[in-house]
Amino acid sequence: MAINWRRHPRLQLGLLLGPPMLWLGVLYLGALAALFITSLWTVGPFGQGITRDWNLDNFRELATVPVYRTVAVRTLLTAVTVTVVDALLAFPIALYMAKVASPSRQRLLVILVLTPLWASYLVKAYAWRGMLSSSGPVAWLAQPLGLDTPGYGLTATVITLAYLWLPYMILPMYAGLERLPDSLLEASADLGAGTGMTMRRVVFPVLFPAFIAGSIFTFSLTMGDYIAVKIVGGANQMLGNVVYDSFLTGNNMPFAAAVSTIPVVVMLVYLAAVRRTGALESL
Amino acid sequence: MRASKVVRTLAGTAVVALALAACGTSSGGTKAPDGGGVFTPPDVPMAESLGADEGTLSVLAWPGYAEDGSTDKSVDWVTPFEKATGCQVDVKTFGTSDEAVNLMNSGQYDVVSASGDASLRLIASGAVAPVNTDLVPNYADVWSFLKDRDWNSVDGQMYGIPHGYGANLLMYRSDLVDPAPTSWSSVFDDSSQYAGKVTSYDSPIYIADAALYLMNTQPDLGIKDPYALDEKQLAAAVDVLKAQRQNVGEYWSDYLKQIQSFTNGDSVIGTSWQVIVNLAQDEKVPVEAIFPDEGSTGWSDTWMVSSKTKSPNCAYAWLDHIISPEANDAVAEWFGEAPANAKACDLATEGFCDTYHAGDQAYSDQIHYWTTPIEQCLDGRTDVTCTTYQDWTTAWTEIKG
Repeated sequence: MAINWRRHPRLQLGLLLGPPMLWLGVLYLGALAALFITSLWTVGPFGQGITRDWNLDNFRELATVPVYRTVAVRTLLTAVTVTVVDALLAFPIALYMAKVASPSRQRLLVILVLTPLWASYLVKAYAWRGMLSSSGPVAWLAQPLGLDTPGYGLTATVITLAYLWLPYMILPMYAGLERLPDSLLEASADLGAGTGMTMRRVVFPVLFPAFIAGSIFTFSLTMGDYIAVKIVGGANQMLGNVVYDSFLTGNNMPFAAAVSTIPVVVMLVYLAAVRRTGALESL
Repeated sequence: MRASKVVRTLAGTAVVALALAACGTSSGGTKAPDGGGVFTPPDVPMAESLGADEGTLSVLAWPGYAEDGSTDKSVDWVTPFEKATGCQVDVKTFGTSDEAVNLMNSGQYDVVSASGDASLRLIASGAVAPVNTDLVPNYADVWSFLKDRDWNSVDGQMYGIPHGYGANLLMYRSDLVDPAPTSWSSVFDDSSQYAGKVTSYDSPIYIADAALYLMNTQPDLGIKDPYALDEKQLAAAVDVLKAQRQNVGEYWSDYLKQIQSFTNGDSVIGTSWQVIVNLAQDEKVPVEAIFPDEGSTGWSDTWMVSSKTKSPNCAYAWLDHIISPEANDAVAEWFGEAPANAKACDLATEGFCDTYHAGDQAYSDQIHYWTTPIEQCLDGRTDVTCTTYQDWTTAWTEIKG
């Protein structure tokens, strides 16, 4: 009965690769394909049952009703803003961690950056809801200065999401900067470059792929988020909420599927653009 | 060569996945009701007799409808039921009727407290079974004007047991809103004075509130029933809500979040329920609520039994328990609504049933109960087709912008 594995290298390879390939193929790509197929179907007037007559009505509605364009643009701009805010916050922190801090402090900082990831998303989002409320600590701090809390809205959403995703930007940037040898910085200084020039010509080219890696997280996580905006976004809605509402409220799964192809397409375009810059190769 | 093999394997698994996905999606359900307003529900068998209780029951309820003492120690009608029947109750609450429909369609729950805008959808999708009222002794004491209504029966066949009814109220922070509001216009035409602090219920059914407002302020539109809107009337209601949107701070569907918003002063005025007013006042939040003169939308709720239940006996026991005079009175007083059981008023705190006009049919007729809008106009018009709940859902997304 015993099979001599050495004589069946193909079987060996198949058994090794089969389960992960099945996982990737069925659960990831298969689910995406099912999503796309569902978006071509329709539902009955009570939202019950799915009729499988192939049509493009859902996409036509997406293209013609202006509200979906508004929501898509709002989501896209929020994602871009969150990514930029995170990059601006993460850069000095990552630079300090990688190039200035002593090794023991470095370890401590990595732990500190990672700690918030241990707390629940909801707890952090509701904490911001409390902070930003009109009788919360932000208002209390801002009012003596003649300012006020931004209140619930897009600003609050950007603040909350930028806070939530910040570790995902710091870590790749830190890893990227750590790979940058100190000797390069010294050589740049020896050759007469000032801080600005060294940043532009030495640090940023090394940092760029790291930024791209981080931005894939912050950008895509924001594109799909619908919970934070429900908690701190006031009356605003993002693409995720439209998906949630068409699925839950209208029980219209095909339309929800059609809406959710928008972030998929946006991410594909983004990844293609990133690929052209060559940043993916040097990750 | 090797790479292409990997690609082929991937393609192969993707095809398998597609086939699986195609098989997995059910195309079941019923045909749309067509012509003459006759609505044919799917054929679901009704319980004929009862046997021994199964031991477990999972309940899907509006917040405040199935209290087991965890919110307030003295508020508990689940534990007595568990002791009497041996059915262990597992309660899940929901925030909107849409959520209830979705959860109920999953087949995970045995009984549900459905409002009128959920019940028809549940009947149409076959998620709930007809109810044999002979097996529910307390049904005999239910006010007769709650029986055999559009939202709880089809062709004289009851699909549930009436539980209670009430109106949506206008709640406001009494210290921040001065003078006190008297009309819904405070959250519609005059909402700009509370810009950013107005709150509205986050469901397409809220469109009916705007339609009711138009019914009183713009009679030319000819709205007779806020749930029977043709295209033009829906567009007018949408305009009212789009104008309101400018002043809305947030839309609510989670009652705890609404209490928090009123506590912090992030919301100062908006539509609400009596139970929310009670809970907020218990927490010493200075809120008041009124039933504006022009009337209001409201709910008339029905306990329904899942067509897929594995605990039909516990389910029927629950139906009988929840409208027993004791439990029905306890729920009504806790939630702030009129009880369905006439005998509940004998046990109620003095004056309670008068406050809520329990049993007063004329008053009850003034409340516009949540109903699912369908193509056949509910107000009897036959010369136009009305907008459906799907249209309302799309409109709701547009209103929020």
